[in-house]
Amino acid sequence: MQRTRVFPGNYKSLAEISSFIEQSIKEAGLDTRDVYAVKLAVDEACCNIIDHAYGGEHKGEMEISVQVETDCLKIELRDQGKPFNPADVPPPQFNATLEELEEHGAGYYLMKKLMDSVHYEYSPQTGNRMILKKRIKN
Amino acid sequence: MEVSITQYKRCDVVKAAGRVDSNTAPSLAEALDSITEAGRFKIVFDMKDISFVSSKGWWVLIDTQKKCKRYKRGELVLVNIHKEIQESLNLVGLGTYFQIFDDLTAAVGSF
Repeated sequence: MQRTRVFPGNYKSLAEISSFIEQSIKEAGLDTRDVYAVKLAVDEACCNIIDHAYGGEHKGEMEISVQVETDCLKIELRDQGKPFNPADVPPPQFNATLEELEEHGAGYYLMKKLMDSVHYEYSPQTGNRMILKKRIKN
Repeated sequence: MEVSITQYKRCDVVKAAGRVDSNTAPSLAEALDSITEAGRFKIVFDMKDISFVSSKGWWVLIDTQKKCKRYKRGELVLVNIHKEIQESLNLVGLGTYFQIFDDLTAAVGSF
């Protein structure tokens, strides 16, 4: 079964998106740790859409589809903002001193660590499309 | 997001509830800034009722930690952090920048 909803691209949507994800993945029977991981990965993905693809709040919408399959959870996020190149995202600064730490890249890195796969594609016709997958352990 | 600050002799205890995400992180930042701007740099963040922290939230805490630790004038310590939240903090490599306590008395007593 697939559930799809469209949310306004602003930070106020984030709590509602989190509830939508929690409701939609209930039937997958994930443990609380994996449910948290999926909610966090989706939150980071949405913030990247708002901050980077749209360049701020209230610039466009985010379409989120959740599909629970037998052994896999698939979440697709679409937006009409600017494309990005995942290779340009800097890795987190492990071993940096506190003063050296700078805020960038953590969201995308977290998504990759929290999910089993993160796939991104762009086409001028359909815009940005990100697919997050999490294996369902039985 | 409602944030409460209790000022003790040795430190300030900050408490909030719910989600720390891009929507609510500015309220937390404002509360923490009000403490450091008043010249107090020993802070305990009680996360008992915090259910979610995104990377935006971590950056607010890192920013405060920088201000507190500068000139060795203090520190921001965390207490009662939920397991899933701590795991994500470690995953992104930011866990090493904070002392984490299991109970409030120990956290306050660390100052």
